[in-house]
Amino acid sequence: MSAQLNKAQRDGWSPYLAGALVGLLAILSVYLTTTYMGKSNYLGASTTFVRAAGLVFQNFDAAHVAQNAYYAKEKVKVDWQFLMLIGIFFGALLSSVTDKSFKLEGVPPVWQQRFGPSVVKRAIFAFLGGIVAMVGARLADGCPSGHGLSGMMQLSVSSFVAMAMFFGFGALVAHFMYTRGA
Amino acid sequence: MSIEQILGLCTGLAFGFLLQKGRVLRYDKQVNAMLFKDMTIFKFMLSAIIVGMFGILALSDFKLIQLSHKAMNMGGILVGGALFGVGWAVMGFCPGTSVGAVGEGRWHAVFGVVGMVVGAGLYAELYPTFKNTVLSWGDFGKIGLPGALGINHWIVALIFTAITLLLFRWFEKKGL
Repeated sequence: MSAQLNKAQRDGWSPYLAGALVGLLAILSVYLTTTYMGKSNYLGASTTFVRAAGLVFQNFDAAHVAQNAYYAKEKVKVDWQFLMLIGIFFGALLSSVTDKSFKLEGVPPVWQQRFGPSVVKRAIFAFLGGIVAMVGARLADGCPSGHGLSGMMQLSVSSFVAMAMFFGFGALVAHFMYTRGA
Repeated sequence: MSIEQILGLCTGLAFGFLLQKGRVLRYDKQVNAMLFKDMTIFKFMLSAIIVGMFGILALSDFKLIQLSHKAMNMGGILVGGALFGVGWAVMGFCPGTSVGAVGEGRWHAVFGVVGMVVGAGLYAELYPTFKNTVLSWGDFGKIGLPGALGINHWIVALIFTAITLLLFRWFEKKGL
């Protein structure tokens, strides 16, 4: 019994089930935003990082942010998607604490095996990877949520191509990082 | 809080909960998918897509919602998609999962989140340059696959579902 419980804690739910429920959530969410906000909002994440950047950089040079064409286009505000991202944090916290899969981790296991236990090294790469990923996501106008989930659900041409590029180049770089000389 | 913010927060709570239950927030899951060792994130994403697709197409047919395609801008999608892929592999998280990963205790994702905020600020500064270069290479507009192929959307949806189910069967056969 306790072995079973440990297995459940480790494995969580079937990814097919959890994913299908996200599909239902996506439908409900588009319907509710259309009904209550007058605009169909789809799940997405990367635009929020632009708004967060605007909110942060406003503290240093408010005039500069106010004049910038891109902040003007995306509008620096704490909107529906911004709150959704905050919700993702608390939803994941709630789920992991209640099923005891919450774990403080400074270096992921796969990384540690290949690149060692240095938190600084991991932090530098995560930071640089984050910069490159976000410049790419803004050029492509979406990420694996906005293109991968929401765009593909709507059968958007751009989303199928974007997701293929995301994963194709991700796979290329991951193989370079993890299988070279191994 | 406005109704818009409350809706966003509730959607996010459910989304984060399900992402965590599917165990797709972890660096290892994302990188092992790119190394073709563990297809958990694809099982999760494709299940969400096929379920969501039927509901969204039906709601759109009944005019209860509007579809919102993102533009097929050649330079943006190809160059941006490639850059995102590179950053995704190095960071090991995408924008949505990074925040959830911090929520389940994987605090190294914070450095990725900070990097992405800096990246967004950098993009805002470079936006005029991108607009005159990469983003001006050609734009096919906000098009859907059914329109581009000239096939009814329900047929495209059924074909996509059939391919996905075959893919799932193959994942399970190979133990991925």
